[in-house]
Amino acid sequence: MKRWALPGLVLAALIGLWQVAASSGALASVLGLEDFLVPSPAEIASALWENRSLLAENAWVTLQEILLGFLCGLAAGLGFAVLLRLSNTLRRAFYPLMVASQAIPILVIAPILLVWFGFGIGPKLAVVALICFFPIAVNAADGLRSVDPEATKMMRTLDASRWQVLWRVEAPTALPFVFSGARIAATFAPIAAIFGEWVGADSGLGVLIRLDSAQLETARMFAAAAVLTAIALGLFGLLALAERRIVTWR
Amino acid sequence: MRQDTKVATRTEDFAGAEASPAGGNSPAAAVSVRGLEHSYGELRAIDRCDLEVPAHGVLGIVGPSGCGKSTLLELISGLQQPGAGEVEVGGARDRGGRLARCAFMPQRDMLLPWLAAIDNAALALRNRGVRRGPARKEVGRLFERFGLAGFERARPAELSGGMRQRVAFLRTLVSGKPVLALDEPFASLDAITRAEMQGWLAGALKADPRTVVLVTHDVEEALYLSDRVAVLSSRPARVVEQLSAPAPRAPDRDAAVTTTEFVAVRERAMAALHRGSR
Repeated sequence: MKRWALPGLVLAALIGLWQVAASSGALASVLGLEDFLVPSPAEIASALWENRSLLAENAWVTLQEILLGFLCGLAAGLGFAVLLRLSNTLRRAFYPLMVASQAIPILVIAPILLVWFGFGIGPKLAVVALICFFPIAVNAADGLRSVDPEATKMMRTLDASRWQVLWRVEAPTALPFVFSGARIAATFAPIAAIFGEWVGADSGLGVLIRLDSAQLETARMFAAAAVLTAIALGLFGLLALAERRIVTWR
Repeated sequence: MRQDTKVATRTEDFAGAEASPAGGNSPAAAVSVRGLEHSYGELRAIDRCDLEVPAHGVLGIVGPSGCGKSTLLELISGLQQPGAGEVEVGGARDRGGRLARCAFMPQRDMLLPWLAAIDNAALALRNRGVRRGPARKEVGRLFERFGLAGFERARPAELSGGMRQRVAFLRTLVSGKPVLALDEPFASLDAITRAEMQGWLAGALKADPRTVVLVTHDVEEALYLSDRVAVLSSRPARVVEQLSAPAPRAPDRDAAVTTTEFVAVRERAMAALHRGSR
């Protein structure tokens, strides 16, 4: 808790500065904008409170997209990495393709998914999963590759089957790497979800933000963004907690 | 935080203790190496080696660094298949048979950092399908004998070098294999701990005899622990000389390695080493 004292102080100071600058109109005139386009923290907070059920509804939609998409990307990434570890042929065939797949812009894939699958959660899930897949797959594959060959030799003379070597040695070795990849994926997941919503959705924080942008409901826009940030931080924090509980040897 | 315990080094500490799981009562296996040759691609690693280890005998192998000692050990224990020649372990010539009869202890202890000491030691049993509870119980009985009482649940990072080596030994012994292939087991220890561990291993083998092939760069260690010592040349390795140890695994290590006889044999071994290094 002590760690958060100093950053917390800085954050509070910044917010305080922002509040003063915005409510006095100074911020708006500096930026050359109308007053209502530059909301103060207090206005954002009240917009947050007034629209709490609307924000909660949409946040829940976006949260589902983020969480489920992340889990799908995680499962696919891990499965892929394990497959590539178990078969040299598959690795030679698919690793370069996997790297190349990252060059395909999500901007292209999302609208296609919309055309194919419509406005349901599916396309958004797919976009999030695609974004999450690569960092997890690459890091997991690297983690599996980093196993000390001496450990494998030792296990072989202790009558370990290939599966046992994977489960008892390779998987735990790769875990810290997997968490690194997961953290990166967690950073991108909310962005991917919002983008998916912008391409085609009828609910979610992304939809809300876009609507508010069109209607110049800036305070609520900021409030939605704040909720999204909270979700992202929550996901990040959950991962950090999980890592602390699971990876207890480093 | 590193912890350490006094090593049980006297044979009496081991006498009367029951045999390790399936260990002391396993069928004894002899090791025979004939005309062994091995290369890594262009690189010739081993150039005609002939060695014999009787059942429950200890063969020490010394040689200059990089001469192929570890390769020889891996070939014996079935981790690799020789380019030419024959390796027979307990009657088995195929790699699978050798692998089944040999427990290989790599140079670094290779304890898995995410497992407690007792779970590391029980790995062989777990791989065979024994459930964690019974496996822990079976292995736990031995912790005291190895001077590790109380450290069953400790993680490897909390143990000193000597203790980790002992856990690695325990893991090797628990596998119940008749042949132990030890690759420089004490190389990473300081001189004092190393001497203690040598005395300790001598006692452990007296209580639970196995066929042992021991690779080490320490001539004195080889001569103390083994019945016979083979001196290898530098790469490509061949056997320069084989010597009989004067007092294999004598109870008082420090006295044994300072007798005139011991010193004389050590001189001969060093001379052979020098010959082979040229």
